Amino acid sequence: MKNNILQIKNLSKSYYTKNGEIKAIENISLEINEGDFIAVVGSSGCGKSTLLSIIAALEEKSAGEIIFNKKDFVIGYMLQDDALFDWLTIKDNALLGLEIKHLKNSKNIEYVDQLLKTYDLDNFKLKYPKELSGGMKQRVSLIRTLAIQPDILLLDEPFSALDYQTRLAVSEDVYKIIKKENKTVIMVTHDLAEAISLADKVVVLSKRPSKIKTIYNMKFPNNLTPILKRQTKEFNMYYEQIWKDLDVVV
Amino acid sequence: MSNEAKAFLKKEKRFNLLVHITQIFMIVLILALWEILSRYGIISKFIFSSPSLILETIKSLFLEGTLFNHIFTTLFETIIAFVLGILLGLIIAVILYSFKFIARVFEPFLTLINSLPKVALGPILIIWIGANTKSIIAMALLINLIVSIISIYTGFLNTDYNKIKLLKSFGADKIQILKKLIIPSSYQTIISSLKLNISMTLIGVIMGEFLVSKAGLGYLIMYGTQVFNLNLVMSGIFLLLIFSYILYKIINLIEKRLIKN
Repeated sequence: MKNNILQIKNLSKSYYTKNGEIKAIENISLEINEGDFIAVVGSSGCGKSTLLSIIAALEEKSAGEIIFNKKDFVIGYMLQDDALFDWLTIKDNALLGLEIKHLKNSKNIEYVDQLLKTYDLDNFKLKYPKELSGGMKQRVSLIRTLAIQPDILLLDEPFSALDYQTRLAVSEDVYKIIKKENKTVIMVTHDLAEAISLADKVVVLSKRPSKIKTIYNMKFPNNLTPILKRQTKEFNMYYEQIWKDLDVVV
Repeated sequence: MSNEAKAFLKKEKRFNLLVHITQIFMIVLILALWEILSRYGIISKFIFSSPSLILETIKSLFLEGTLFNHIFTTLFETIIAFVLGILLGLIIAVILYSFKFIARVFEPFLTLINSLPKVALGPILIIWIGANTKSIIAMALLINLIVSIISIYTGFLNTDYNKIKLLKSFGADKIQILKKLIIPSSYQTIISSLKLNISMTLIGVIMGEFLVSKAGLGYLIMYGTQVFNLNLVMSGIFLLLIFSYILYKIINLIEKRLIKN
């Protein structure tokens, strides 16, 4: 039995502007278990990113509850672009979260060193971001997030700044790292193929105000990596169903 | 290296050389023309002076022992006003950035003061502060400070929002965001505002010296005009030209070094 670590109950969010009220999210409830890889998809502007911002406490919710299974629950947030600081070395970038949280002790530094080593960045530790490829930068950004040993990873369109080829390679890469480090993930994306190939569970949101439309539990032949999943018949089946759910009008 | 590449470099080199030669030729031509015209009385020596008379005037200033006094007076005023302008500009920009309310309150006033020709405040400064060096520094500060504040503050505002969001997701407070992100990421803007600042400071210092001074390059020019000694006026302008060029070059060097690291 999987351990429930995060519960979202009847979450709603409204924005207020001069022109009135905009309901972004309405009554979303979701349970996240340890080790889950959940992808949230929806049409653009439907409030998927808002959901992550609220979980990460970057924005306030209008109603509902978010319940963590422990008091010092740590959230790791990974953004659209790598957001690496040009003026810091790769190692200092990776240590940034720890530094902000005043957790830069020798044990944690060692952990980051080990992550950099495991994921082939050992030779780039003292280099600056501009000397790295797009994929490597994204890996550094992931390590920066992993460094604070989060209980959950929130990925906000993590690959959308990359070109298609790099994107496939990097998502494969990130997927392997996440599985290896055994992390729980909520990923927001507008790319259906990405959602289907990476996640165990795909949550489809409706147009604004976002409600949960359907939840799919992905079933693939055992142990396929994202790129291999894309070649299966299940992949096409899910793609077709979710595409219908999204109800895209051109 | 391929032959095409070599030919290209050669062409570039020749072009640059041509530019330099033309520049030197132009200067020599103008100086020679000026010298000849005034020596043969085609233009009045008294009103237009001449290169040789300027050099003579500078030489006599040197022999009197006042030359370096004038240069150092202006240098001193410039450095004080420059450093104060940058420091205060940085501090005020940080305050404006940190407190949205203060920024909103003061924004229209900053624009208002920025559009006012600060020279108009000169007479008031003299009455309030007195006819001394302090007035000159205040004048220069008035001119350079507003520009520094606005350029540094705009640099702060242009910080990548994603990076702010990232730090917030780590639970960073306002001071951490400023220290770790806003200031370091505006480094380039701050450095390039130094360049703007030095030319503004010079305008202010010379303006101030015109209004009230007992020494300095601005004083030389002003005094020369009053006693109708155009040799002195031209010498003052010539010295100022070299003075500001050297300062500008120094700032340029500092900029290059700082940005490289």
